[in-house]
Amino acid sequence: MTMPCQARGFATALRDGLSSLRLTLFLLFALALTSIIGTVVQQNLAPAEYQQRYGTGTSKLFNALDLFDMYHSWWFLLLLVLLAANLFACSCKRFPAVWRHLRRPTVLMDETLERSLPCREEFPTTVAPEQAAERAAALLLAEFAPPLRTATADGIQLFAQKTPAGRLGAYLVHLSIIVIFGGAIIGSLFGFKAYVSINEGASATTAVSRAGKPIELGFAVRCDDFGVSFYDTGAPREFKSLLTILENGRPVPGYERVPVIVNKPLTYKGITFYQSSYGQADGGIYRFTVRQRSGGTPIPLTLRQGESARLPDGGSMHLLEATDEVSRFIPAVSGPAARIEVHPLRGESSAFIVFANYPGFDEQRGAPLIFTYAGADATMFTGLQVAKDPGVWVVWSGCLLMVAGCYLAFFVSHRRIWVRITPGRVIVAGGASKNQPAFERRFAELAARLRQTIAREDQ
Amino acid sequence: MTSSLLFNVTTFVYLLAMLCFFAYLASRNGRVGLAGSLTALAGLLIQSAAIVLRWKESYDLGRGHAPLSNLYESVVFFSWSIVLIFLLLDVRYRYRVIGAFVIPFALFGMAWAQLGLDSGIEPLVPALQSNWLLYHVITCFIGYAAFAVACGISIMYLLQSGKEQADRPAQSGGIAALFPPARVLDDLNYRAIVIGFPLLTLGIITGAAWANYAWGTYWSWDPKETWSLIVWFIYAAFLHARFTRGWIGRRAAWLSIAGFAATIFCYLGVNLLLSGLHSYGG
Repeated sequence: MTMPCQARGFATALRDGLSSLRLTLFLLFALALTSIIGTVVQQNLAPAEYQQRYGTGTSKLFNALDLFDMYHSWWFLLLLVLLAANLFACSCKRFPAVWRHLRRPTVLMDETLERSLPCREEFPTTVAPEQAAERAAALLLAEFAPPLRTATADGIQLFAQKTPAGRLGAYLVHLSIIVIFGGAIIGSLFGFKAYVSINEGASATTAVSRAGKPIELGFAVRCDDFGVSFYDTGAPREFKSLLTILENGRPVPGYERVPVIVNKPLTYKGITFYQSSYGQADGGIYRFTVRQRSGGTPIPLTLRQGESARLPDGGSMHLLEATDEVSRFIPAVSGPAARIEVHPLRGESSAFIVFANYPGFDEQRGAPLIFTYAGADATMFTGLQVAKDPGVWVVWSGCLLMVAGCYLAFFVSHRRIWVRITPGRVIVAGGASKNQPAFERRFAELAARLRQTIAREDQ
Repeated sequence: MTSSLLFNVTTFVYLLAMLCFFAYLASRNGRVGLAGSLTALAGLLIQSAAIVLRWKESYDLGRGHAPLSNLYESVVFFSWSIVLIFLLLDVRYRYRVIGAFVIPFALFGMAWAQLGLDSGIEPLVPALQSNWLLYHVITCFIGYAAFAVACGISIMYLLQSGKEQADRPAQSGGIAALFPPARVLDDLNYRAIVIGFPLLTLGIITGAAWANYAWGTYWSWDPKETWSLIVWFIYAAFLHARFTRGWIGRRAAWLSIAGFAATIFCYLGVNLLLSGLHSYGG
């Protein structure tokens, strides 16, 4: 968009809308500045944590200002509503005129219009208006756009335009923002965000919303299996749940053992399940062996999380924690590992780590009892985000509209050319809504061709 | 031949390009300016080859993914995008001297990536294993790059308009003698933002679509998301401000610089200072 052409076209509309445009600028800056607060003050933590962070007085003040959940505060929502109202009002004010303009373009160039156009050329001709118009029309059709022909009192006028839709871009973008807001409202009124964790082999019929309320799904989800795999660096490669949907206790065909991984959710009846976390469920069994340094066969020990086992020397062993992939904590080694605490009958208690992949490791500790870890038969649980958002398609339509609107608003120029033919004289004039310099080059070319074409057979 | 070696060559070539542009400013010799543009083009081609090679290397390691997944890779891609946008503007508008104010951004990015960032090819964590990674990162960074170019042009504008106020344009000498007129710089600033704004919009939309696939929420007011919206608000304000009188020229230039500062904070500040969904670095 270049200023000269536009400033003229917009000038009157501009004066009318100045106050609301100022409001637009104020709102955009206000939203930008206030949004920063929410990125600096962590949102939606527990009240106790805020007290610890900011002290009682400050956290009371922040709480009163809604800074701890500011994106849902009345004043932030008010700014958003004002923005929607402002761009709605702005569009309502200007759009009808633009629409009339496009529906019924100014096909006749009078003197006022002629003076207002940035590109203009004039040349004499000896060809009769009728014939000149025919030639000019053929050229415009071939090189620019199909022309509209109007007979006037003093001669003939041609009007041709290209991509008038370029004028609609801004309104499409404004509309798209309102559509997106609408989608978000539908989602928050008729949808929910929740969480459910399901042990392997078990099923769930309710999820827990973020506010802690139980939400009936209306069907059951069973977790048939959960697996996690790792790269050799110890970074997780994939979390995978196999989920089955059950209606009245029976699996729904097509929804049996569906693999669900991060970025590949499962949707059933508008409710979508996203792989989000996992862990070991209570009730897993951990296997160890212990042998005397002096010799003898290893003795197997099995225990559950938090349990103690009796040792051959009369002491006891306690499982502190276990992992199926230790390289996340100790990058140099890999495989399952457990941290145990041993209380021998004689001597000091000690806590240490045993690794399933390195059975000889514990010998180096030098203690009379040598432990090895054989891994766990742990039951895993899968943690799933559960979401229902009937507004999401409205939001995506709004996004598509916005992309189309941006394209029209920034890259599509409405170009118009008028040709006024009177006996002995031809005036060509035109303008573009954007990128005037490019249009000027094109216009000069076209005008030269018109002059040539009209004059040609005359010689 | 490794990608790492090629990236080092790229950094050196961008340094050469920048020196050419500085020499152009000093000498006002058109050939030196042309050498600057050609050197920048050579750098872009070498860097493109390096990016493709790194992509292949990740597959050779069995961790195959587009080289857009961590801070190092994104800084490298950011530099690539800046040079690409600059060369497009150079071909289209032929104001070569802009290179002196834009190539330093690309050079700084490459130097920082090569000297200060971990260049290891890491496997993709589950959250990043998606085609949306490609769409999201490419749209965002080409958008950011357009804002970087707009920022460079705005700095030129401020220098030039100061000059034009101080004395008559015809008499102006020194480095600003080569500068396009302030009016043209103002327009180029706008054009660069007109490239960047729709791309940022697309970047935010692809990010939202991806978040919806990964977590079931297209918008969660995560610091990164919020900052991208802040940047969007600032450039939306820039575009609207052009329709009111007092907001072209110096104020528009300052607004463009502020927008780029917010962009950089959105890109780096959020990752390095605030916690959130983008903690892995891109």
